[in-house]
Amino acid sequence: MAKEKVITSKDVHLYYGDFEALKGIDLDFNKNEITALIGPSGCGKSTYLRTLNRMNDLIPGVKITGDIRLRGQDIYASQQDVVQLRKQVGMVFQQPNPFPFSIYDNVVYGLRLAGVKDRSVLDEAVETSLKQAAIWDEVKDKLHDSALSLSGGQQQRVVIGRVLAVQPEVILMDEPTSALDPISSTQIENMLLELRGQYTIILVTHNMHQASRISDRTAFFLQGRLIEFADTKKIFLDPTEQETSDYISGRFG
Amino acid sequence: MDPIKEAMLHRSRSAKLERRGRLLSLACISLIVLVVLAIFIFVASRGLATFFTNKVNLISFLSKSTWAPAVKDAHGVPQVGALPMIVGSFGVTFLSAVVATPFAVGAAIFMTEISPNLGKRILQPVIELLVGIPSVVYGFIGLSVIVPVIRTVFGGTGFGILAGTFVLFVMILPTVTSMTVDALKAVPRHYREASLALGGTRWQTISRVVLRAAMPGILTGIVFGMARAFGEALAVQMVIGNAALLPKDLISPASTLTSVLTSGIGNTVMGSLENNALWSLALLLLLMSLAFNLLIRWIGKKGEMK
Repeated sequence: MAKEKVITSKDVHLYYGDFEALKGIDLDFNKNEITALIGPSGCGKSTYLRTLNRMNDLIPGVKITGDIRLRGQDIYASQQDVVQLRKQVGMVFQQPNPFPFSIYDNVVYGLRLAGVKDRSVLDEAVETSLKQAAIWDEVKDKLHDSALSLSGGQQQRVVIGRVLAVQPEVILMDEPTSALDPISSTQIENMLLELRGQYTIILVTHNMHQASRISDRTAFFLQGRLIEFADTKKIFLDPTEQETSDYISGRFG
Repeated sequence: MDPIKEAMLHRSRSAKLERRGRLLSLACISLIVLVVLAIFIFVASRGLATFFTNKVNLISFLSKSTWAPAVKDAHGVPQVGALPMIVGSFGVTFLSAVVATPFAVGAAIFMTEISPNLGKRILQPVIELLVGIPSVVYGFIGLSVIVPVIRTVFGGTGFGILAGTFVLFVMILPTVTSMTVDALKAVPRHYREASLALGGTRWQTISRVVLRAAMPGILTGIVFGMARAFGEALAVQMVIGNAALLPKDLISPASTLTSVLTSGIGNTVMGSLENNALWSLALLLLLMSLAFNLLIRWIGKKGEMK
């Protein structure tokens, strides 16, 4: 059965000035699956991820060609509203980056941007999204404390809750656990497993174990190219390409 | 004796250097503290003499509005009511801060968020230039441009708190702007990214995250500007009219603590009541700048706790 594709990308090239960081990436993402992007540092996986919500637009001197569509809609079309796009494609960064506000204000930030003022709607969104982010029980009694008073792992889960609160179609995660200790990482992985099937998640990770444990499909990047893209099981047990098997077995990278 | 033991028992060259450096910097800081203390003690001893030697009541000094140290009232008490100057000083300070803040914050947002290139190439040098202009120049421009304009538009002499406000506005604008720029630049990039990634527009990001995160720094800048306005003497003296009267509006001649000090201190005899009364004003100024400093530190601490 053909699965519904949420994001499709064809022949994506990205240049930082003269340097070609992405050399023609074709990659599709299925609805409500977790797709892991793996590869050594500097292979272009984070750069590719940031083309999907146009965060690379913020960097001067970046040029992007190719075709990236969100549900058939060209996101680089001139009439595309970038703000609207980013509401549909949320992002979690490597470093937990809560605002220096209360936990509550952090979570409702996106909703308030969208003009939601009704207190009961906001209250409910906070509870629902923090429960989804598996942090509700730890913070429910101190929602009005500063989010910066939490530990790194808790901050990252609050940040994920903040993204979930705006109910994006797709969530991009750029190494969300690489700045965290193993226990916090495991908590976040377990939470992502809970979210699997409800959200389309694209996860950049350096952690092979994480990719194999939680993702449905895995894409292997190397030097700006997509080397192999298949079901996670196949990538880890029976990769087609020699480079993939070398990387996964730890022979380089 | 074995070499390791010997090395342990003797100070090394670098340890001696370290010690010498520490002593040297300690000596420097002690000297500075000593000078500040000496100034404070001198001003206090002169300023307090009005109350202890000349028996002026502190309350009436702060609340009476007749400033005529040479004249004694019916009870033989000299008339030193500093209220007109206190009102004048606070008036120009707060008004200029109120006028300068929106301009300073707007300019700083432009320089850091909207057009950093233009900001760095043109606005930054302009602002640095504004800081370097001597205050007599500001006063002279105030005297020859602003005062006549006010006279034409509002009537009266043109001298007064309004003219002082305009001159101080230009003088504190660079201070507040450059400190606001620093505060905005110190807001981590990832706050902006997080807000944009959540679908925030540039304006929403600036107004809801960047300004909010930079607020302690911006407030500090405003208080710094106010401290400068409060202590500015020459430029204000040139445009405010120098009448030690309680100002009844913004365009009638008034005076500030500093303007009375600069115009009066050379014309009094050391140790006389007239002289002591001026020192009391100086003491008041000193205490106020102390208060501004404490306020700045308090805001800084509040900002850190978040």
